[in-house]
Amino acid sequence: MSEVLRAEHVTRVLPGEVPVTLVRDVSLTINRGEFVNIQGPSGSGKSSLLYLLGLLDVPSEGRIWLDGVDTSGFVEDQLAEVRLAKLGFVFQFHFLLGEFTVLDNVMLPMAKLGRLEPEAQRERAAGLLKELGLGEQLHKRPDQLSGGQRQRVAIARAMANEPLIILADEPTGNLDTASSRNVQQILSEVAHTRNKTIVAVTHDPEFARAGDRIIRIVDGRIESDG
Amino acid sequence: MPLGLRIALIHLTHRRRQTVMSLLGITLGVAFFMAVSALMRGSEADFIDRLIDAAPHITVSDEFRTPPEQPVVKSYAGGAIRLHGLKPQTDTRGIRGYKQKLPLLDAMPGVRVAPVLSGQAILTFAGKEQGVTLNGVLPELMGGVSDIEEKIVAGSLQALAADPNGIVFGRALAEKLFLDMGDNITVSSPVGQVRTMKIVGLFDTGTTAIDEGQAYVLLKRAQVLLGRPDRANRLIMQLDDPYAAREVAATIEERIGYRAQSWQEAQESLMSVLLIRNIIMYSVVSAILVVASFGVFNVISTVVMEKRRDIAILRSMGFHARDVRRIFLAQGVIIGLAGSAIGIAAGYGLMALLAVVKIQPPGISDVVNLPIYWGADQTALVVLVAVASAAGAAYFPARKAGRVHPIDILRGGMA
Ligand SMILES: Nc1ncnc2c1ncn2[C@@H]1O[C@H](COP(=O)(O)OP(=O)(O)OP(=O)(O)O)[C@@H](O)[C@H]1O
Ligand SMILES: [Mg+2]
Repeated sequence: MSEVLRAEHVTRVLPGEVPVTLVRDVSLTINRGEFVNIQGPSGSGKSSLLYLLGLLDVPSEGRIWLDGVDTSGFVEDQLAEVRLAKLGFVFQFHFLLGEFTVLDNVMLPMAKLGRLEPEAQRERAAGLLKELGLGEQLHKRPDQLSGGQRQRVAIARAMANEPLIILADEPTGNLDTASSRNVQQILSEVAHTRNKTIVAVTHDPEFARAGDRIIRIVDGRIESDG
Repeated sequence: MPLGLRIALIHLTHRRRQTVMSLLGITLGVAFFMAVSALMRGSEADFIDRLIDAAPHITVSDEFRTPPEQPVVKSYAGGAIRLHGLKPQTDTRGIRGYKQKLPLLDAMPGVRVAPVLSGQAILTFAGKEQGVTLNGVLPELMGGVSDIEEKIVAGSLQALAADPNGIVFGRALAEKLFLDMGDNITVSSPVGQVRTMKIVGLFDTGTTAIDEGQAYVLLKRAQVLLGRPDRANRLIMQLDDPYAAREVAATIEERIGYRAQSWQEAQESLMSVLLIRNIIMYSVVSAILVVASFGVFNVISTVVMEKRRDIAILRSMGFHARDVRRIFLAQGVIIGLAGSAIGIAAGYGLMALLAVVKIQPPGISDVVNLPIYWGADQTALVVLVAVASAAGAAYFPARKAGRVHPIDILRGGMA
């Protein structure tokens, strides 16, 4: 098993009159193909940790290694490039562009990366959406879809550029039970049959059980890992 | 279509009414810019046309731009001497060998040339005296270099060729001296020559200084009267392209040594007044576009506020801050370009309307159309100004958009 993501003594403090510590001295290693769940009480710093691991935020102290590369010292543009090419995100509230069709939303990261020809981008996006059961919805807009469908579009988009890791923050937090199970199945399948790494924050115990490993966060620290 | 451009267009249609209003502002500004510029430049061109028709485009005079070195300075070249009250070497005034220079100048493409010998003379009649500038000319060449023939109201300039004792001057002067066609008049020169000459033509240019102060005689006569045989002191030229006068004059000066003055140089102060007038005019009409672009600022600021979430999505996905900035700058450029396109059409419409307006300028008897300048350079300028102000207005909200950080939006909760 090869390592794709490693945090070394990562601490994140929000500066201010009363500095707030979001994440305290977190060290962890995540391997390729792992489906990792992060759990913990509300306000414990799960999202904050996920933003750090997803290079959306930078640690105040410590280092994050992605795919063998130390990202400390990367400027914003470099972080953006790594996110584009190697990471995919799924958030609790669907995070799609409302004026674009489902297909266009999924093509967006590919168009930005520009690795594929437009025709190939379209094919790949349509293929991903079909696999996720959205073959009929390609030309609809996000607001014409159900919550579960939108979340599947978000997953398709997160997978658009063949990322190493998909990071998800309560992807089922806003869904009914049936949709939640569906999204959970899709994510575990993505992890186990496509050998993608998934790091998900969740409150949902059943969702967490579908993964390989649960990291518990309390008060910004890792309480347990395994 | 490039991705950023697509997003920009989608954002603009998001706030349709506001976008249309800001577009309208730019459109009106552009149309107004065009109309004002067309009128101002049209009247300027009209004015210059009159100026160009009336005056020689290039005048070669019997002077040098830098006075020749005096022999004494030459002899003591480099010496530490300073000379005061030096009397310069006497030289017969006039252009040396003008007859050889004429064909040389005439051979230049698009150049017509005629020699003139001018000097002061006094016309005397019935006890009245009037000083005039006597111009000795070759009548057959004057048509190519001056519009004086068109201003003749009685007789002709060509009559000088038939009657070597003929003289042509302004009707105003004739009336002043109670003279008419065919009358005789005494002409005396500063070198003591006196001759009786016959009026064979009268002109009316409308300019008092010319109508009362200029007289034309045959070149040979003038040479005798002014005591300068075989000399001319000016070579006057008109060009097919009057605006090339500056360059042609420089070439001529280089070739023949004598000072060659273009009409632009002769009218330098006037030209600078026209330039200042244009600067003021373009500043004012550009200011209108700058004001109009506040509308652009408004709509793009609103879009940036309302699309913070979209910006966060794009940024989290891997768009750079500059990609985001470009999306909003592009919106400014789009409004600027679209406003220019519609505004230019409207501007040409306005210009076409103005072009049929008849006016009667004070002091001129005929009704004329408003002069309109149709040149493409003002169109290019208006596009430049409109796009620059719209892009400038977009710059500040675009910069703000570039600073939207995805985490701020994610943490803020998305309910
Ligand atoms: N901008 C901020 N300013 C001050 N405190 C903040 C800010 N953002 C987050 N916090 C605090 O930091 C802590 C960690 O927040 P975070 O969102 O990471 O927790 P979480 O575990 O994801 O919570 P939840 O389960 O409710 O999503 C919380 O106590 C939160 O109130
Ligand atoms: Mg959270």
